[in-house]
Amino acid sequence: MIRCDDLTLGYDRHPAVHHLSTVIPAGTLLAVVGPNGAGKSTLLKGIAGELRPLGGRIALDPGGRATLAYLPQRGDLDLSFPVSVFEMVAMGLWREIGAFGRLTAAHHERVRAALAAVGLSGFEARPLGSLSGGQLQRARFARLILQDAALILLDEPFAALDARTVADLTRILLDWQREGRTILAVVHDLDLVRRHFPACLLLAREPVAFGPTAQVLTEPLLERARALSEAFDDSAAVCHRAEDAHA
Amino acid sequence: MIDFFIQPFIEFEFMRRALAGCLALSLGATPVGVFLLLRRMSLMGDAMSHAILPGAALGYLAFGLSLGAMTVGGIAAGLLVVLAAGVVSRSSVLKEDATLATFYLLSLAAGVMIVSLRGNNLDLLHVLFGSVLALDDGSLLLIAAIASLTVLALAALLRPLALECFDPAFLRGVSRLSPLAHYGFLALVVFNLVAGFHALGTLMAVGIMILPAAAARVWARALGPLLAIAVGIAFGSALAGLLLSFHADVPAGPAIVLMCGLAYLGSLLLAPDGLLAGRLPIRKHLES
Repeated sequence: MIRCDDLTLGYDRHPAVHHLSTVIPAGTLLAVVGPNGAGKSTLLKGIAGELRPLGGRIALDPGGRATLAYLPQRGDLDLSFPVSVFEMVAMGLWREIGAFGRLTAAHHERVRAALAAVGLSGFEARPLGSLSGGQLQRARFARLILQDAALILLDEPFAALDARTVADLTRILLDWQREGRTILAVVHDLDLVRRHFPACLLLAREPVAFGPTAQVLTEPLLERARALSEAFDDSAAVCHRAEDAHA
Repeated sequence: MIDFFIQPFIEFEFMRRALAGCLALSLGATPVGVFLLLRRMSLMGDAMSHAILPGAALGYLAFGLSLGAMTVGGIAAGLLVVLAAGVVSRSSVLKEDATLATFYLLSLAAGVMIVSLRGNNLDLLHVLFGSVLALDDGSLLLIAAIASLTVLALAALLRPLALECFDPAFLRGVSRLSPLAHYGFLALVVFNLVAGFHALGTLMAVGIMILPAAAARVWARALGPLLAIAVGIAFGSALAGLLLSFHADVPAGPAIVLMCGLAYLGSLLLAPDGLLAGRLPIRKHLES
């Protein structure tokens, strides 16, 4: 379960997510949707603990951040580093093997199974840098499988992928949900959300709507989200609500 | 043939000592150089090597050409600059490269000035270019100790260090070792630069770190072979440099670094991932 109490997140004191109060029950498969700049990635960073809240609080239970896996957008990966697909995916076992532990035969088997689950059997020895965009995302999903997390945060996991890759990776999301894991994914394809995600959080700096997907992704609410984010001038990104409250 | 390759080492103890020192440097400093290269910090290694100069120079000013004083001074100055550069680049608009360039210029200027306060030009040359042909017991032990420490520390840090290089966000997510990997690695850089400083001098110490690493990078596509090839190139170049120095009567430090450079140029020309990449005739693609 994730509980946000009056949560405000931002950079350099400029808020990007305002006054979010919500409870996401365990086992939810939740799509986080909203226009660019709506604070979706910021919210995930806040939950993952990469960003300290400017106000309010986030509570995770059970297990807190120890059972959390976070897949950021692709930017940070150095693909010129000489590492094989197998080695990269095996790092998903970090919580079991740590910095020094040996990979046992059972671990090897699990890495191969995870690679098979994402359709990358036979890619074990390939250098990471030789993968295509879709294959790289499959490899990152294989690592997530091995992380075996109770709470999984995915930041635009389907960006710039073809239909078949999206379909394969969505199947993995649905498997995770069946296993009782909580999943938050930032998704832009609303049709995909309607088809597969039971719950949805519509964000435009502040929460616009949260609930069953059919009730959230309605034209009036989407229009409201667009209007809210257009009204938001980045250079003037200060919280008017807080000022009003003080006045 | 045997006379040319073996005789100098049989006949002269100072050549044997130099060879042993170079072997230790190849085993310690070169793997550190490989990670500097992979973290895109090659120039940072160069800057660091200058940063240890004023510390070593202060040690020299106080105690003369004393191994202990110059080592302690160099390590202290190096660690200080690592920390200062980290702090300045995190809390100002200056990026780390600008900060390091600043520190390195100031360090070089201060170091040369401090050495010349007391010493003569010969001492200055010794500090700047090292004295691989005059390694005494103490220096040799120090270099060997630092190499041993480095090999053990790299073995222990390998996994977090590799992750810190290619996926730092993931490492931060699963472990608190990220700062240990980062600062532990920088400390290893400083230690190895000080070891290299005794043999090759502050200006050349970084040569045996970066050049073999860069040469090996175009041959190897996996980390293990990359480290092994780099160590091999470093030791081979050191051997060739010592022989060149002996037979042609040229200074040993620069000869070693030039041989590393030759290995680098040769690798660039010959290796599949070097300059040839993209110029070779296209090989027929795999078909079943």
